[in-house]
Amino acid sequence: MTVNIARRRRIAVKSVLWVGCLAPAVSLGIAALTDGLGANPIEEITHRTGWWALFLLTVTLAITPLRRLAGKPGWVRYRRLLGLFAFFYATLHFLTYLVLDQFFGWSYIIEDIAERPFITVGFAAWLILLSLAVTSTTGWIRRLRKNWQRLHRLIYAAALAGGVHFLWKVKADAREPVIFLVAIVALLLLRAWAPWKSRVEGAA
Amino acid sequence: MLIRRPDDVRSSEITPYRVYMNRRHFIGRSAKAAAAAALVPGLLSACDEPQRMEARPAAEPLGGSGGVRMLSQEKDWESVRSELDESLTPYVDVTGYNNFYEFGTGKEDPARNAHTLVTRPWTVEVGGEVARPAVYDLDDLLAPHTAEDRIYRLRCVEAWSMVIPWTGIVLADLVRRLEPTSKARFVEFTTLKDPDQMPGQRRRVLDWPYVEGLRLDEAMNPLTLLATGVYGEDLPNQNGAPLRLVVPWKYGFKSIKSIVKIRFVEKMPATSWAVSAPREYGFYANVNPEVDHPRWSQARERRLGEFRRRPTLAFNGYGEQVADLYAGLDLRRWF
Repeated sequence: MTVNIARRRRIAVKSVLWVGCLAPAVSLGIAALTDGLGANPIEEITHRTGWWALFLLTVTLAITPLRRLAGKPGWVRYRRLLGLFAFFYATLHFLTYLVLDQFFGWSYIIEDIAERPFITVGFAAWLILLSLAVTSTTGWIRRLRKNWQRLHRLIYAAALAGGVHFLWKVKADAREPVIFLVAIVALLLLRAWAPWKSRVEGAA
Repeated sequence: MLIRRPDDVRSSEITPYRVYMNRRHFIGRSAKAAAAAALVPGLLSACDEPQRMEARPAAEPLGGSGGVRMLSQEKDWESVRSELDESLTPYVDVTGYNNFYEFGTGKEDPARNAHTLVTRPWTVEVGGEVARPAVYDLDDLLAPHTAEDRIYRLRCVEAWSMVIPWTGIVLADLVRRLEPTSKARFVEFTTLKDPDQMPGQRRRVLDWPYVEGLRLDEAMNPLTLLATGVYGEDLPNQNGAPLRLVVPWKYGFKSIKSIVKIRFVEKMPATSWAVSAPREYGFYANVNPEVDHPRWSQARERRLGEFRRRPTLAFNGYGEQVADLYAGLDLRRWF
């Protein structure tokens, strides 16, 4: 009986998260169709998709510290959902660049990735997220076992790379990328320091 | 739709484009740019016959002095008509998508925030190596000159561009009247510094006030405009009211806004973006598709309103009028 209630709550929370995570994309789509993106729509789409990718990535990183501090281990099951949505937005961001901005101009794209550091680092972030998305299933968790944990620690690298990508792109106003990077570094330090470990594992 | 529709068209835009064009100067593409563009097939087709374009005096004389002087009939420009789409950028975009960090660093911040700028009374301090340094009321400064209408491309260093119909006076005429001494080699311009009127100046995003400059011969080039209007009206605050520079062959950050000081100097001025990031922004800032910004390519640009990027032209397509200024200068070193 309690299992049923717990299951229903999980589904409810996941539904809310789905709606919340899709809302920015829907809002962006509506704005695009109603001419609500300003004078440079492609730049606006690129910016917003990138921002949401970075935001969701940061929220994903916050799950583990938050669940330990709040004593809610169950929150981990929402982490994959959020991480995959971060990958979703990162992919939209990348596709916007490939299709809308460069329009499949492969020589320009390859030159950008090879020669512009902020794009190199952004592309690296996306590649990491791709590998994490592909291996996010339970099948892969079973297959990789201990190595799965190791591989998925790369999410910190992806988040840092994403933050640096943003920082290296802006012209003079670095406030937003700096805030993201501070949050990501703080979450990384929190994880590395892991103050809860000694209490939980020490007891066992 | 990614392409903006002209639904939100001001009455000043309703004039059919062709009619509007014929009433204005159109400073077009150069033979040099055409040669460069010829490398890209179909970019530039054969030019139409050159048109005699005469300066059209402003409907009202600037400064209200009552007299309107026509520019000499000899001064006409060969306009090179191109098949490349050079539609005017819609007014709503020209006045709604701006880099004017004095009012915030977002593109839509200046339109939202610039209402706090007080543009009259406005004084311009003229000083340095000049016959009679003085502080002019803006109207007195402009009164003896005839306003002209110019349609120019504006290419931002961020690799987007617009086509804008400015109204203004030719800077060369003003410089001649001000009589710089023989020591003057450069002209330095300064924007207003007043954090009360310009809230963006409360943060040191750049070293305020904004400073820009031109070599004297660049200032004397007939293209260089001191603009007071856009789309047939006074400049909106977010476009640099009441007086701004327009240097169409350089990246947009050279076209300094809301000018309060004009100084003639011996040494190359320390311009704001060059001070902020000397590896990325130089004094000359000539539009040059062959010299990339350290962080992005300058070979192509997004003309606002268009879907595909278009190739960037050397000197923004004004090479015929300005390339001679840089004969022998290493444009890679002096970017």
